[in-house]
Amino acid sequence: MVSVQSEQRREELLVPSSVKIVVAGGFGVGKTTMVGAVSEITPLRTEELLTEAGEEIDDLAGVEGKNTTTVALDFGRITINPELVLYLFGTPGQDRFWFMWDELAMGSIGAVVLVDTRRLDAGFGAIDFFERRGIPFVVAVNCFEGSHSYTTDEMRVALDVADTVPLVLCDARDRESCKAVLVRVIEHAMNKLDVMA
Amino acid sequence: MSQHSADWWYDEAAGPLVRPYAMVSGRTRPKPAGEELTLTTQVRALRTSSDHSSLSVEHLEIIKLCRKPLSVAEVAAYLHAPLVVVKVLLSDLIQRGDVITRDPSRTAVPVDLNLLQKVLDGVRAI
Repeated sequence: MVSVQSEQRREELLVPSSVKIVVAGGFGVGKTTMVGAVSEITPLRTEELLTEAGEEIDDLAGVEGKNTTTVALDFGRITINPELVLYLFGTPGQDRFWFMWDELAMGSIGAVVLVDTRRLDAGFGAIDFFERRGIPFVVAVNCFEGSHSYTTDEMRVALDVADTVPLVLCDARDRESCKAVLVRVIEHAMNKLDVMA
Repeated sequence: MSQHSADWWYDEAAGPLVRPYAMVSGRTRPKPAGEELTLTTQVRALRTSSDHSSLSVEHLEIIKLCRKPLSVAEVAAYLHAPLVVVKVLLSDLIQRGDVITRDPSRTAVPVDLNLLQKVLDGVRAI
């Protein structure tokens, strides 16, 4: 006869562990789109619609097509295997939600800072955040149609990111493109770990 | 949803019929059993035959959701309830033994090359 305790222990083994990658960046840059492109579930969210008052506060220049924004959390999941699940969390885009970032970043294996060439400066805060905390991150430039194209060197200078930080071009709507970004984040995290060892 | 449609203020737009903290009798802190819960902690309902008569609708909903392992964040999203409310409800269930998390000593997975390699292989395979 199996004891209750050993039965419970056996079931505990069936509870997977989890890891997360944070997708950060400015308001309206495509974080949710990126999460949705690779997630196995429709991104889950706790969302509030922007009110008219919010529109005055948020800088909408260049993103007029966006009516709503995520003011809470937005996430997707990728089941790696029965024992391990990867979660992708989008950060709240607006500055007034910075307090949420710490909980999100805690224990993450790495981060994507998604930037938009129309408003590169919107990525500065996120870059600074991950640099200070020593969290491995890559800068992914979401190439919207109609956005200016610059060379990666030009963008690296404009964003003032070190050569050691990978900078990649991507299309947040495209699954393969977003997969490639995640692969870069994980490889970068592995390299950083290797250097420290 | 159009703001101009006549019925836009009903249903989800109007917010929950039960105020979030009413679900937890105004409690804002989880019981000790749930203090370690983070966004991504996986929770799973045990197939126990405990007495469910004292449980609320939300508790029962969580037990149903967690027949397969889910993260705290997923439970909150499916329950349409704030995270802190879900943590309080989960802490009740953990204390009762209806729901388990991974053994706390193994919840914080050490980020090592082995783990990252698994994640890398998994992402490449999607």
